[in-house]
Amino acid sequence: MSEKVLMKGNEAIAEAAILAGCRHYFGYPITPQTEIAAYMAKRMPKIGGTFLQAESEIAAINMVYGVSAAGKRVMTSSSSPGISLKGEGISYLAGADLPALVVNVQRGGPGLGGIQPSQSDYFQATRGGGHGDYHMIVLAPASVQEMAEFTVRGFELADQYRMTAMILADGTMGQMMEPVSLDLHVAPMPEKPWATTGTRMQRPHNIVNSLYLVPEVLERSNFERYERYRTVEENETMYESYRMEDAEICIAAFGIAARVSKNAINAARAEGIRVGMIRPQTLWPFPSAPFRAAADRVRCMISVELSMGQMIEDVRLAAECRVPVYLCNRVGGMIPEPEQILAAIREAAKTGGNKQ
Amino acid sequence: MSSAKRLTLFCGHYGSGKTNIALNYALHLRQSGEAVTVADLDIVNPYFRTKDSRAELERAGVGLICSDYAGGNLDIPALPPELYAITDDRSRRVVLDIGGDDRGALVLGRLTPAILAENSYEMLLVINRYRPLTPDAPSTIEVMREIEQAGGIRFTGLVNNSNLGEETTPGTVLASLPYAQAVSEAAGLPVVMTTVKKNLFETLQGQVPGLFPLTLQAKIV
Repeated sequence: MSEKVLMKGNEAIAEAAILAGCRHYFGYPITPQTEIAAYMAKRMPKIGGTFLQAESEIAAINMVYGVSAAGKRVMTSSSSPGISLKGEGISYLAGADLPALVVNVQRGGPGLGGIQPSQSDYFQATRGGGHGDYHMIVLAPASVQEMAEFTVRGFELADQYRMTAMILADGTMGQMMEPVSLDLHVAPMPEKPWATTGTRMQRPHNIVNSLYLVPEVLERSNFERYERYRTVEENETMYESYRMEDAEICIAAFGIAARVSKNAINAARAEGIRVGMIRPQTLWPFPSAPFRAAADRVRCMISVELSMGQMIEDVRLAAECRVPVYLCNRVGGMIPEPEQILAAIREAAKTGGNKQ
Repeated sequence: MSSAKRLTLFCGHYGSGKTNIALNYALHLRQSGEAVTVADLDIVNPYFRTKDSRAELERAGVGLICSDYAGGNLDIPALPPELYAITDDRSRRVVLDIGGDDRGALVLGRLTPAILAENSYEMLLVINRYRPLTPDAPSTIEVMREIEQAGGIRFTGLVNNSNLGEETTPGTVLASLPYAQAVSEAAGLPVVMTTVKKNLFETLQGQVPGLFPLTLQAKIV
């Protein structure tokens, strides 16, 4: 498998999930993620897996709950409006501490919005999205190779921490074709002594549930969950640092926005502007530490997003008001051109971040 | 390179490169003096549309038939009313860009009877051995038969578009020739052309029969 193949981002997610041992996929078609379901429909029957087109996104996420409770690797995928529908089920997964992989190939919103790429589900993904106190591990790939690698990583992290991992991609990442190596390393699946696999009359029943009617018990379960989240924050943050060594301006961007930003950074460097980028690969946990460190060295930051400015809040929190953070964005399915980002960099180089 | 048939249909697996090849082939026909129209009948994937290249086509004098919704934000598998001009107006060459796999080929259902009645068509299967679901002859033939069944029409030839995107080298193309040959033998169909990006065309010219350069790139979102 060392030879590369040419894949769409969506196909790479599907194939990587199969390589990670996922044999259960439940979904419902929606552009721009439909190739994941189409690929699973073709492949799963051939390898003894289950592909099921559910009657709705809500049905699909609850099927995920069932398979996960039985201790198997399971996934569902959708695009923005469909993820909103899954919100209740994702909250139930969190309440029951069940691992799962959920893929969101984002499109423009709110509402039905459009079918073109967007990153405006950042708040929904990083703040949980459903009701109650919980987090998902949110991975943000910026290449088809990362679509594959983060899918495997997502399954591993989900099992390790008994959490939902989300791949937060966008329509461009889902549709673009790039060469991919599927020579992926998959860690063995951990034991799941909590799974409902049958007692064989040798142990007490395992109960998977998110209902805790005694407030003291529910409070304790929340406290314990957040202890686990702290471990995730300490150990699982991923980011890429690009040309930051001598940077005076720091771009913050993930996914497709980071790809476009790299072009703009290289163009600005050619003009002598010292600009670099911190590209979060995990959006939760957010890589606050490198932004905090950069805030002591750079004059200002620019958050490049396909949203009205969502990640910028985390960048500002991380920068602790030490430097101004500007927004450079397009929305509604539009993608910033490198020229727009270059103009924002030039502007920042001229006037940005005159420290008080 | 050009066939004498009036209609050229490009079909194949998802992401095999049909849209790009259809556009370039239409421009090629136009440059050899033909009156030509491109018909974008891809109702499967609204993300890559011929309409995105409308300006280039207009400049070259190539006609375009595509869904009113193409390039818009409506995800509707709609077909344009001009569809019937493909078979009714026999004064023009038409290059048909059909959606991926058997699902995409379903659109041929209403055209096939007229295409077969006129009997001046070539239907070309676009293949890429570097796509994960068509790495060899048997899997490619499986996709081919599914498309033929859905469209009610048989292929007449193959287009070898084996590539690895930006990482394609002359070696990538050369290494795909035995695959194309194997598909050709299993299908009993000739490899009509081997398509490569323009930057590889000069290197490979003379080494690969029926080499066809792709100069125009369909816009990727």
